Amino acid sequence: MDILSSLADGFGVALTFQNLGLALLGCFLGTIMGALPGLGPSNGVAILIPLAFTLGLGPTPSLILLTSVYYGAMYGGRISSILLNIPGDEPAMMTCLDGHPMAKKGLAGEALSLSGIASFVGAFIATWGLILLAPQLVKIALLFGPAEYFALFALAFMTLGGVSSTNQAKSAFAAMLGLGLAMIGVDTQTGVPRFTFGEVHLYDGLDFLVAIVGLFALSEVFIFLEERHGNSDAKGKSLIIGRLTPPWAMVKACTPTMLRTSVLGFVAGVLPGAGASLGSFISYSMEKRLVDKAGTFGTGDPRGVAAPEAGNNAAAGGALVPMLALGVPGSGTTAVLLAVLLSLNITPGPLLFANNPDVVWGLIAALFIANFMLLAMNIPMVGLFTRVLMVPPKVLMPIVAMVSFVGIYGISGSTFDLYVMVAFGVAGWLLRKLDIPLVPVILGTLLGNAMENNLRRAITIDDGNWWTLIDSPLAIGLWAVAIVGFVLPLIVGARIKARMRRRDEEGAIAD
Amino acid sequence: MSDRIFGVFGVLLAIGFAIAALQIEESFLSDAVGPKAFPLIIAAILGLSSAVIALKPDAAPHWPSLARLAELAAAAVVMLLYARLLPELGFVFATALAAAYLSWRLGNAVLMAIATGIGTSVGIYVIFHLVLGLSLARGPFGF
Repeated sequence: MDILSSLADGFGVALTFQNLGLALLGCFLGTIMGALPGLGPSNGVAILIPLAFTLGLGPTPSLILLTSVYYGAMYGGRISSILLNIPGDEPAMMTCLDGHPMAKKGLAGEALSLSGIASFVGAFIATWGLILLAPQLVKIALLFGPAEYFALFALAFMTLGGVSSTNQAKSAFAAMLGLGLAMIGVDTQTGVPRFTFGEVHLYDGLDFLVAIVGLFALSEVFIFLEERHGNSDAKGKSLIIGRLTPPWAMVKACTPTMLRTSVLGFVAGVLPGAGASLGSFISYSMEKRLVDKAGTFGTGDPRGVAAPEAGNNAAAGGALVPMLALGVPGSGTTAVLLAVLLSLNITPGPLLFANNPDVVWGLIAALFIANFMLLAMNIPMVGLFTRVLMVPPKVLMPIVAMVSFVGIYGISGSTFDLYVMVAFGVAGWLLRKLDIPLVPVILGTLLGNAMENNLRRAITIDDGNWWTLIDSPLAIGLWAVAIVGFVLPLIVGARIKARMRRRDEEGAIAD
Repeated sequence: MSDRIFGVFGVLLAIGFAIAALQIEESFLSDAVGPKAFPLIIAAILGLSSAVIALKPDAAPHWPSLARLAELAAAAVVMLLYARLLPELGFVFATALAAAYLSWRLGNAVLMAIATGIGTSVGIYVIFHLVLGLSLARGPFGF
């Protein structure tokens, strides 16, 4: 009952004209960004953060805007998967496998609306999961001292590489690069400057928003410049969309699939380092194994469209759980959302639920509202979004670059920050070429100072004894999970990744 | 091969980071750990992971031709110039120029690229400045 009354308060916060308007705007922009190949949830949210700040929005409205974009992008990713066989973002990759064949059979409208419903079911169940699970996790987190927090941060970094990269050395490198960047600036505890090389601009440290926008948004521009593919304008051929409502029998046949994969996706989302891509992948694989008796998966089976969509949207909701309850995000986009909270001087974690219940519950209520808006938007209005797909990269990418510049300049008005952003853009391009994951870099710059502070606090409390780090059963447990999480992918991860790749190729060949 | 070069670069970076960390001045008011310890841990793991990357390289990525690399460098220079000239030319002019350049290099015809540049610039100005009230760089003409 406690939860329901908190939720009711949350709806009180969310149901203002401003917040509803922001949710609507966020859903709309998010769907567009998800649908456009080359703009995914993380860079979509990244380029809008500065906007939220410069508009002077408070914490709750900013979060409502940006999480609506996040949920919207998860919905939108499927549109280009189905129509063009190009995933709009990485989690939507699995939707290509059955979505595009359905579209080629003239069932594009059915595929779009069915996947819209599946997205809704996934996100809806995941939001309930968030409500039920997050407060429980908070209770555990309240037992954490500095040593446990340090172990938790280590766990986040060590498990993050897991699926996102095949090479653990590279994800470790990325995490350390991020942590190292976070060290730049004046040391908060003793006041001595570190790694500033006498540059006054660096005394405050690098602004992680600059790093995020550079790494995610600008590097995308460089990738497009390198390949110069005007691909998507050639493929803007008109597919027949057909009817925009799925037959009732189709929805009914897919319901068990949607429910199962929603739960599975949610669990995958909560686990650190997995995120929505894994959610949609294991959802699809499980359903294929469970219900694909006639071998129709991959040839336009509606259940093969519903499964990954429910899975990735549920995982998106699940990924919010560790971010809100522990302050440790499990995916790229939740890392970006964490950056928003930190810039607004709100520290996520157990205290957030105690000190800022309006933010937490307002956000959760907004997620429900956004979800209904998205359902409403994505079924009748899907034709509008399909038209957005015609925007070629040669027009889109300059806009992305310019909006990034405007946003960062709007926050600080500093040319130096723009230089740093360009540098991050180039670095992001290079890291992507070398297959070094960007998310640990971002997470490192975000969490570096908190991680160091917890380390120093823990050791100072215990009079300089470093063994205090593994002194409590809880800390030992966290370290054990961290080590398993780091070592296990060395054995299993490569196999899963290889299978994901193969599926992708199969999809391409089947085309 | 790319990974080997990159790994060696990473090791050098780690050494540089460690040296810079050792040169941090200790304050007389320090906690038990001090400002150097954590950066040194980072440097150690950074070096270790770079060494692993160098010793066990993945397959080399597909690098663009020299011409494409020059293209990327040119784009980066244009962006830096944009950052430099933004306060002097004002938002609308600087943005139109930069966006037109990018659009042109992404494969648009010159006239279309100019149109895209002007459209982007004016569009952002109207939405972000006039509608949303964001403060953009003011040039000599006030916009």
